[in-house]
Amino acid sequence: MNRQYLFYFFFLAIGIIFLVRLFYIQVLDDRYKIAAENNATRKLQQYAPRGYIYDRNGKLLVANQIAYDLMVIPRQIKDLDTLAICRLFKLTKEDFEQRLEKAKQYSSYKPTLFFKMISQEHFAQIQEQLYKFQGFYPQKRLLRNYPYENAANVVGYIGEVTPDFIKTNREYQMGDLVGKAGIDKSYETILRGKAGVKYVMVDNHNRQKGAFLDQKYDTLAQPGSDLVSTLDIDLQAYGEYLMHGKRGSVVAIEPKTGEILALVSSPTYDPNLLVGRERSDNYNALYADSLNMPLFDRAILAEYPPGSPFKLVNALIGLQEGVITPQTSFTCQHGFHAGGLHVSCHCGGGSYALIQSISKSCNNYYCTVFKRIIEKYPTAHQGLDVWSNHVQSFGLGKFLNNDLPTGRKGLVPTSSYYDYRLGYTGWKALTVISLGIGQGEMLVTPIQLANLAAAIANRGYYFTPHMIKAIDGKAITDTNFIKPKYTTISPEHFDQVIEGMYQVFESGTARASRLDSITMCGKTGTAENPHGQDHSIFLAFAPKDDPKIAIAIIVENGYWGSRWAAPIASLMMEKHITGKVSRPALEQRMYEGVLYEEYKKQLIKKYGTDSLFIPNF
Amino acid sequence: MGWINIYAAVFNADQPSIFDTTQKYGKQLLWIGGALVIIILIMFLDGRIYEKFSWPIFILVMLMLIGVLFLGKEIKGAKSWFALGSFSLQPSEFAKFATALAVAKLLSLPKFTMKKWSHRFITLAIIFTPALLIALQPDMGSVLVYSAFILVMYREGVPGYYIFFGLWLAALFVLSLLMEKIWLIAVLGGLTLIVIYALRKNKQAIFLSISVFALSIVFAFTVDYIFNNVLAPHQQSRFKVLLGMEEDLSGAGYNTHQSLIAIGSGGLSGKGFLRGTQTKYDFVPEQSTDYIFCTIGEEWGFLGTGAVVLLFIALLMRLVIIAERQKSNFARIYGYGVASILFIHIAINIAMVTGLAPVIGIPLPFFSYGGSSLWGFTILLFIFLRMDSYRWQIL
Repeated sequence: MNRQYLFYFFFLAIGIIFLVRLFYIQVLDDRYKIAAENNATRKLQQYAPRGYIYDRNGKLLVANQIAYDLMVIPRQIKDLDTLAICRLFKLTKEDFEQRLEKAKQYSSYKPTLFFKMISQEHFAQIQEQLYKFQGFYPQKRLLRNYPYENAANVVGYIGEVTPDFIKTNREYQMGDLVGKAGIDKSYETILRGKAGVKYVMVDNHNRQKGAFLDQKYDTLAQPGSDLVSTLDIDLQAYGEYLMHGKRGSVVAIEPKTGEILALVSSPTYDPNLLVGRERSDNYNALYADSLNMPLFDRAILAEYPPGSPFKLVNALIGLQEGVITPQTSFTCQHGFHAGGLHVSCHCGGGSYALIQSISKSCNNYYCTVFKRIIEKYPTAHQGLDVWSNHVQSFGLGKFLNNDLPTGRKGLVPTSSYYDYRLGYTGWKALTVISLGIGQGEMLVTPIQLANLAAAIANRGYYFTPHMIKAIDGKAITDTNFIKPKYTTISPEHFDQVIEGMYQVFESGTARASRLDSITMCGKTGTAENPHGQDHSIFLAFAPKDDPKIAIAIIVENGYWGSRWAAPIASLMMEKHITGKVSRPALEQRMYEGVLYEEYKKQLIKKYGTDSLFIPNF
Repeated sequence: MGWINIYAAVFNADQPSIFDTTQKYGKQLLWIGGALVIIILIMFLDGRIYEKFSWPIFILVMLMLIGVLFLGKEIKGAKSWFALGSFSLQPSEFAKFATALAVAKLLSLPKFTMKKWSHRFITLAIIFTPALLIALQPDMGSVLVYSAFILVMYREGVPGYYIFFGLWLAALFVLSLLMEKIWLIAVLGGLTLIVIYALRKNKQAIFLSISVFALSIVFAFTVDYIFNNVLAPHQQSRFKVLLGMEEDLSGAGYNTHQSLIAIGSGGLSGKGFLRGTQTKYDFVPEQSTDYIFCTIGEEWGFLGTGAVVLLFIALLMRLVIIAERQKSNFARIYGYGVASILFIHIAINIAMVTGLAPVIGIPLPFFSYGGSSLWGFTILLFIFLRMDSYRWQIL
């Protein structure tokens, strides 16, 4: 019968179809091999510990601490003693069930976060009981730990990455931590280290079954690099102490290097508040305090008119431009008078040369100097732009490009600024005369002011202020920080101005803050403030001939410069240079002097009541 | 007897690799031991008794099939099992050889011929009895096995166009689900016109093709109606996934997808014995029974699967050769029955795991875990061997 051959044909045909199909899926088509790897192996992140941050004297500012997240795999829960687990984590039964339900909704097989950030102490207590709860297991996490409760604005904080952040930063995954403020933000790439990867085999229920290919592809986590900050944490803490009950900031810089010694923003908060279980509650509370704004780093973000300290810059420009000599003197008749214009002065009247004009802070002198500078040139436009160029060479009116994550430019007006606001023909020297005494449209940040003090202390140059001096034990090499930036003023013009600043302490506006042992140079300022009482401003450096510290202080609504800012600057400089403070009474007066009444007045002015006032700093 | 060695080699070498738990592995060893005893028994018994006792055996097994409907243990929604302590027995596995015996006996009766419609219907009745009883369990995979006897009937004289007609219906079934009705009608119409043109001198043929055309369209619409209104949703989706109408990798398509991943990841030479990740870690469902081929694919690669396919085809061809050389009609028909039953199992199972057929629960002969199926196939095969070794004594 021929029919048997049909059978052979049929069997062979099916056999060939199978062979072709098998050859295709097993040998030719790669996608199943890839799918198999994804199926059976899981890539586990091995978190790298973030680098530590030390202060300039080797004191640990930022460390890591271990916390634990309790994870749950609902499917693996067995014989659960609900009551016992609730007691362990201090949960109500409803809360427990809610959390479990949420986890189940996500997945029965995959680990889900059940209870966040168990502190190490708490974990030590509950650790030995955890084995009883099948389906629950702890996962280690590294959090920040701050041995000092100071310098919150400097060290910053870390937090979980947001989905938006991941979109632009592909190397991050959900659940990763990232620096969100301060040094932890600006040095993120250095502090972060490199996460390791561990491949494990899993079965279809996501249960781990052991290492993949004998850990051949596993990589160890590389810890982040350690940083040495320029900050002197003791000086920083002292600054925060003195600024108690006052809003404002203290910025101290080492003039020879541009290293920031202290960067106080007041009021501040304990950085440990933004760690662990209570983080979001605390953050929300700090964020909601819109009156004190503790999260707002006034030292680098607040802009103020510089007031009288700016007279130093005008004196230097006047000397450089040759419109005055140190001997040039002007007679003050209780103010500057030109046409219908009148700028009052509290210097007491008389004829002053340069040095006295500084120590007495004569408004007439500097209005006159400023007018001369502008009018030296054919047009006010040219004059103002020459002046503006000199001012900007001190690092004012532009970003300092330092290593802090934020900053402000401040404002140094140019001719185009006034052309835009007043029209090309709408202004002349007299129109903008208040620039001569640091008022008007001028704006500076405290760190710019401190940098100005450093530039004067150095007699004509500065280093961009920075927060970090060494990475992984090696000194920084960024030329932006280690190369000096020169001002447009010749060095020889500084001596007379510095002599004037010296006289401020010896016989001038800050004589109450003078000290025999240290030759201090400074300049008081009283910046007019449309929102209330004037700001108390002081700019200083010491010692006179070998400056070790340059400092700028702003106490908001602190009346006048010598009332708060000058004594605080004096104490800070003494502490930095001698390591101790010889004037406990002054120190105590500064600490106890709070400005709550001033801040209440502002509230009443704005809302008609001071019931919102929170004296929590 | 070359293929016995083949069988033994496959049997012994691959069987242990199938199982990841010692329990199943141990159990299967017991079943294998039992199978060896059965082989010896079969070989010692007189070859003629199978022919003599085919009716009693058939009736006994039919009674077991009825019994299991009432006394059976329900596993996965089907009453297919007799529980005997820790072992369970699946009578439908034994119904296969019993039916093969009965059909062989019937067709080898003197004067019984496949040319008579009445005889054809009697044969179909014998085939449908166990199929119907198994359908009641329900176990649709095993029911499908009985279509194997169509091949036997074809060999014994049923005209080929019945089989052609069956294939045509199957093709229509798939096409009517896949294609828009209007296109299907257009294609069928075009085909019919070509046929009419080719056979334009034969008026009868023209008439026939037009009626086939009309009936095909009626059939297509009926299929569509049945598919959408009669089939249960899970059955619908199995077909849909297979036909690519639906992409569902975690639902109904999960089995096939995971099976393809397991086989595909084996590559040319496989991951090595016991090193398969997909099968070892339970990604593939039913991996020791219906999806056993995946383990071979993953651990032994294309070389392994190719060898298995070639061995099976060789076995089937060898069976046909042996069947053809039998001197008694009974032995020949039984031989075809054996070949056809094995063929259906192999074809459907491998087609299923390689994604060529919908998911139908049917074991791979001699590989899949399960004592009843092992014993069933052993008895099926060795009875035929015994007959073959006896053939010289006939006459």
